[in-house]
Amino acid sequence: MALEIIESCVNCYACEPLCPSKAIYEAKPHFLIDPDKCTECAGDFEDPQCATICPIEGAILDENGVELNPPGSLTGIPLEKLAA
Amino acid sequence: MELPVLNNTASEAPKGGCSAGSCGSTDDQMSHLPDSIRDKVKNHPCYSEEAHHYFARMHVAVAPACNIQCHYCNRKYDCSNESRPGVVSEVLNPQQAVKKVMAVAATIPQMTVLGIAGPGDALANPERTFETFRALSEQAPDIKLCVSTNGLALPENVEEMCKYNIDHVTITINCVDPDVGAKIYPWIFWKNKRLKGREAAAILIEQQQKGLEMLVAKGVLVKVNSVMIPGVNDKHLEEVSKIVKAKGAFLHNVMPLISEEEHGTFYGLTGQRGPTNEELQELQDACAGDMNMMRHCRQCRADAVGLLGEDRGAEFTLDKIEAMDIDYEAAMKMRAEVHAAINEELESKHAAKESKLVSIQGLKKEATRPVLMAVATKGGGVINEHFGHASEFLIYEASSDGVRFIGHRKTIPYCEGGDTCGDGESALDVTIRELSGCEVVLCSKVGYEPWGPLEAAGIQPNGEHAMEAIEDAVLAVYEEMRAAGKLEAKADAAQKAA
Ligand code: SF4
Ligand code: SF4
Repeated sequence: MALEIIESCVNCYACEPLCPSKAIYEAKPHFLIDPDKCTECAGDFEDPQCATICPIEGAILDENGVELNPPGSLTGIPLEKLAA
Repeated sequence: MELPVLNNTASEAPKGGCSAGSCGSTDDQMSHLPDSIRDKVKNHPCYSEEAHHYFARMHVAVAPACNIQCHYCNRKYDCSNESRPGVVSEVLNPQQAVKKVMAVAATIPQMTVLGIAGPGDALANPERTFETFRALSEQAPDIKLCVSTNGLALPENVEEMCKYNIDHVTITINCVDPDVGAKIYPWIFWKNKRLKGREAAAILIEQQQKGLEMLVAKGVLVKVNSVMIPGVNDKHLEEVSKIVKAKGAFLHNVMPLISEEEHGTFYGLTGQRGPTNEELQELQDACAGDMNMMRHCRQCRADAVGLLGEDRGAEFTLDKIEAMDIDYEAAMKMRAEVHAAINEELESKHAAKESKLVSIQGLKKEATRPVLMAVATKGGGVINEHFGHASEFLIYEASSDGVRFIGHRKTIPYCEGGDTCGDGESALDVTIRELSGCEVVLCSKVGYEPWGPLEAAGIQPNGEHAMEAIEDAVLAVYEEMRAAGKLEAKADAAQKAA
């Protein structure tokens, strides 16, 4: 049970201090989650904190590889405009 | 007939759309403020129209995280409130930031203000921001510190902030109505949740207003920035102006929305346009009746270094500053001398203006229509920039009441623009578009090539006042226009517009 940060991360540091499990670390070319430490915030918060503050749609995946913030979900930009 | 220079004269009753005391120029605006605040503001490159010709500020990019999303911002780039869209700053850690600030201060003594404004929100990164401030307050006490924020985390940080050399805080307030806010902010991060819509906007607005009140109660200068978004908050900003002034904000700065499709923002991709220069000026004039307006804000790049639109950032890259050995004690002495010399120059300019004002008092003025003029300058309050090298123009209005500063317009330097920029528009076309409404452009030199197109656009190039004081030159040109009978020509149109 762990989330994953992928290459669309813009290294904004927002998630790192929020993680209750100290699972997030700065790395090159982008921040990473230590899967052994990540608890998906269970027991600490209702929502996984990293995915709750991350501004980049698609940058954080759940253990099934599903985007926690799919395209358009944060910016409100209509999908057809995003594709263009 | 000579006209007074309105900037720096508090006695002249403003005309036109302005009510007395808070319009026209920064020094006019300051006349109602207590001495303690006027002192703080006197040499402030951000607040004093006059000082911004002489002093500089810089930002360091230590705060990458943000706790809200704005529809005019693309988080792949720096915060749009404090930077032009599409800029990406290299994020510094606090130690690197402190070193960079001291290196710049030692090299550019005019640099008096250090700001943290991003690239995210300064207060969404409190540890990084405050560590930088703490070190600078100790090691470089002659530098004023400022912070810019969206306000969400302001109330909880006011106390900590006041421990350092903070002399002012800028809050970006785009609305006081949650229904308007819901059209500007898609989400906020609040108490470990991502909130959306009206509920999110209501919390943000509440925190901004609370933060503003707390800072004013602590005696901290507060400036309010607003982004003008036509059809969303343009009408609403007059009310914002009234409210923030009533709560004690001492300046209000309305900035235009900058929105292009290629910025990839919600507004850019959904076709939300920014205001025209005319619409912006109209709103600034409308708000000026209720609020001190700052017209010289340049929407500078948050990481720009240097005076008036110049950017010497390339001299202070990380590897260059690592190699620098700075004796800050010595630098502070040198800086104090430079500051004293600038202040002396400013004082003598004030004295000269006052005596000039006295000499023309009592002269009857014949009302003539106002004229906008663009000026190319590198600073120092004189016309000293080539037309083709200018990356921005200062806009002044000359009228029978004198000269007043209106604002900045940015462009692409004609000489560096190459053939085209973007949609087949040449750099010269961009400049001509940016200078719309101006009838004269004053510069130290202007080439043969742009001359024709400028004239064809109704903008008279003028290189005859090189190295002259801006306001004197603007007045002189206005008088020439009067003598040539050019001030009656468009009078009808100007009156209708008024
Ligand atoms: S889900 Fe929670 S525990 Fe896992 S990395 Fe994100 S913040 Fe840390
Ligand atoms: S919040 Fe998102 S974009 Fe920012 S560092 Fe974390 S994963 Fe990357």
